[in-house]
Amino acid sequence: MSDAVQDYAHEVVHEDHGPAKGLRRWLFTTNHKDIGTLYLWFSFLMLLIGGSMALVVRAELFQPGLQFVDPQFFNQMTTNHGLIMVFGAIMPAFVGLANWLLPMMLGAPDMALPRMNNLSFWILPFAFGLLISTLFMEGGGPNFGWTFYAPLSTTYAPDSVTFFIFGVHMMGASSIMGSINIIATILNMRAPGMTLMRMPLFVWTWLITAYLLLAVMPVLAGAVTMMLFDIHFGTSFFSAAGGGDPVLFQHIFWFFGHPEVYIMILPAFGIVSQIIPTFCRKPLFGYDSMVYAVASIAFLSFIVWAHHMFTVGMPLAGQLFFMYSTMLIAVPTGVKVFNWVSTMWRGSMTFETPMLFAIAFVVLFSIGGFSGLMLAITPADYQYHDTYFVVAHFHYVLVPGSLFSIIAAVYYWLPKWCGKMYDEGLGKLHFWLSFVGVNVTFFPQHFSGLAGMPRRIPDYALQFADFNMLSSIGAYVFGFSQVLFLYIVIKTIKSGEPATGRVWEAAHGLEWTLASPAPYHSFTHPPKVVLAEAHS
Amino acid sequence: MPAHGKTAAKLMLIVVGMFGFGFALVPLYDLLCEVTGLGGRTGGQYVIDPATHTVDKTRLVRVNFITNTNAGMPWAFWSEKGGVRVHPGQPKFVKFFVRNPTDRVMIGKAVPSVAPMRASGFFHKTECFCFEHQMLQPGETLELPMRFIVDSQLPKNIDSIHLSYTLFDVTEIAASAPVGAQASPVEADAKPIGAD
Ligand code: HEM
Ligand SMILES: [Cu+2]
Repeated sequence: MSDAVQDYAHEVVHEDHGPAKGLRRWLFTTNHKDIGTLYLWFSFLMLLIGGSMALVVRAELFQPGLQFVDPQFFNQMTTNHGLIMVFGAIMPAFVGLANWLLPMMLGAPDMALPRMNNLSFWILPFAFGLLISTLFMEGGGPNFGWTFYAPLSTTYAPDSVTFFIFGVHMMGASSIMGSINIIATILNMRAPGMTLMRMPLFVWTWLITAYLLLAVMPVLAGAVTMMLFDIHFGTSFFSAAGGGDPVLFQHIFWFFGHPEVYIMILPAFGIVSQIIPTFCRKPLFGYDSMVYAVASIAFLSFIVWAHHMFTVGMPLAGQLFFMYSTMLIAVPTGVKVFNWVSTMWRGSMTFETPMLFAIAFVVLFSIGGFSGLMLAITPADYQYHDTYFVVAHFHYVLVPGSLFSIIAAVYYWLPKWCGKMYDEGLGKLHFWLSFVGVNVTFFPQHFSGLAGMPRRIPDYALQFADFNMLSSIGAYVFGFSQVLFLYIVIKTIKSGEPATGRVWEAAHGLEWTLASPAPYHSFTHPPKVVLAEAHS
Repeated sequence: MPAHGKTAAKLMLIVVGMFGFGFALVPLYDLLCEVTGLGGRTGGQYVIDPATHTVDKTRLVRVNFITNTNAGMPWAFWSEKGGVRVHPGQPKFVKFFVRNPTDRVMIGKAVPSVAPMRASGFFHKTECFCFEHQMLQPGETLELPMRFIVDSQLPKNIDSIHLSYTLFDVTEIAASAPVGAQASPVEADAKPIGAD
């Protein structure tokens, strides 16, 4: 390993030092910081596009009846909202953070495979360009839900489904290359003294997430390939008429899909585990148990997939197995929440913006975990399934969960990235608007779901009107407060107060030993790592 | 750099393996259905073995018939009776009917499913129209014979079984030369999935 580090230090000396100028810098860059920046801006753009689609949905649902869009278009909006948020906003944002932070946290000069890094980013704009362009095609874009169940997505799909399939292939290729790069960086490029059990938790969670991605993205690619064959080459993988089985699609999809939801939360666990100790001025409680908890969650995520399909019919033994294995996930998840709270216990806490988002994460993510447990109860799920209760569940884990962690990370590391401090007052305003917005949007959905409101419909029965109006108001508050976020970030980059190298009083980790803004090449000489400085 | 190349190559093995695994799920799933009766799948043509065959005159089991047509399938599809009572082990003959009300030649195929799932391994068809395609001329009506036996080993707590058929329009599938393992409906007939 130390060989690799030396090789590296050697190679870097021969590279030129500053970035190239103009557009070419961004097109051809192999620098981890540039690529991280590209990923982050790209995912923010996708957040705004996917968010606008959600606002179309919420506008239509503001009142019962059909007022703004026709049901076909409504379905395209829900489908593309889901696809863009999952694959375009949350996942690339985490990869962007990994690019920025892993080399700095591990004491490495750059990522292991810089050219592949460039390629894995530049595939994305094409993949999403293709996906979004289907909305303008004859027959419209994908309208079969982000879970694209066959035969809705094969026999009954719009013609544009082929472009959707290629788009998914491209996103998959990008994620796989990104993961290979991340694993190679973590395994081969740690500075001397940075042992595995000294790595910051963000690095740990990403290592495990990258393995999850390698395991399930190819399965997703297989699923869409089978769809492609069913659509164009006369096979019947998912068509009962030809001897296939539509239920098989759901098994393959969720074998990918459940690990996928953990792909979107494990790096968030890592981020929160970095931020909370800093603002509690205490080391993280239970570092080792945090690592083991993440590993067990990752393992369990492979054996719970059928909790998404209780209602398709399953032998009793299967229902019991998937119910208990799903509930088992609550144990390591509980360990994590316990450790975060214990870290806060008797800490000298301060509440800067990143900390506010991190605390909100712990509380609101837990609410999402609890509704998950309710859904895991098989007989109860027969009532909850395909209602707004499920929508409330996964939005609680994904919005104040994954997305809040990303926002927290941006506030936390932005001063390190650009050398300037954000405006604390505006940051807090952004937090409170988001916090209120997200709860007003999604909390009422628990109730409309329990009362029986189905998901994925453009119109609904009158008794759901109040909850839906509330949800829509919350959605607009939340949506527009993200424009404030954009303003805050731009303002920081343009005219923020200069930040110190350490930035936060009690920040630990190698990245804080670098100057702010971090130099273009992180550690040209591998630092000697001592435990106290390895992680927070 | 070579260190990274090696790591990347090893990781690519996972990727290739998992891509293969995705496809391997197709036969694995069929195997699972065969073993557990998942999805209520029934077997292919059953041959009575006189050596072991017994009739349980002490029990009567009700077998109900449900006929569905898939969305977009214009044929009429019905059974002579809504259900019959049989002794486990006793062969039974029933009739189904299809009519093509359209003005074109069409091909249909019925896909069976048994509920409760636990009963599917004990429901044997010795003769079934679902083993073949049906081609109907415009306006033609066809009688579809079907012969079955409920296994005398049927668990005691099951006293009624539902046999449901869904009729699919396979005119296009049957016409276009199919590619791939599961593609050929004819092949699927010869070796029905979940044959027991
Ligand atoms: C304690 C942990 C969790 C449990 C027990 C749990 C359980 C469940 C169950 C049983 C369902 C299926 C509900 C149905 O369709 O009827 C579900 C749906 C879902 N969960 Fe979770 N979940 C947990 C955590 C998470 C996390 C951390 C995420 C993502 C970050 C997540 C994302 C989702 C999504 C996206 C869906 C809906 C998929 C769809 O049908 O569109 N869940 N969850
Ligand atoms: Cu799940």
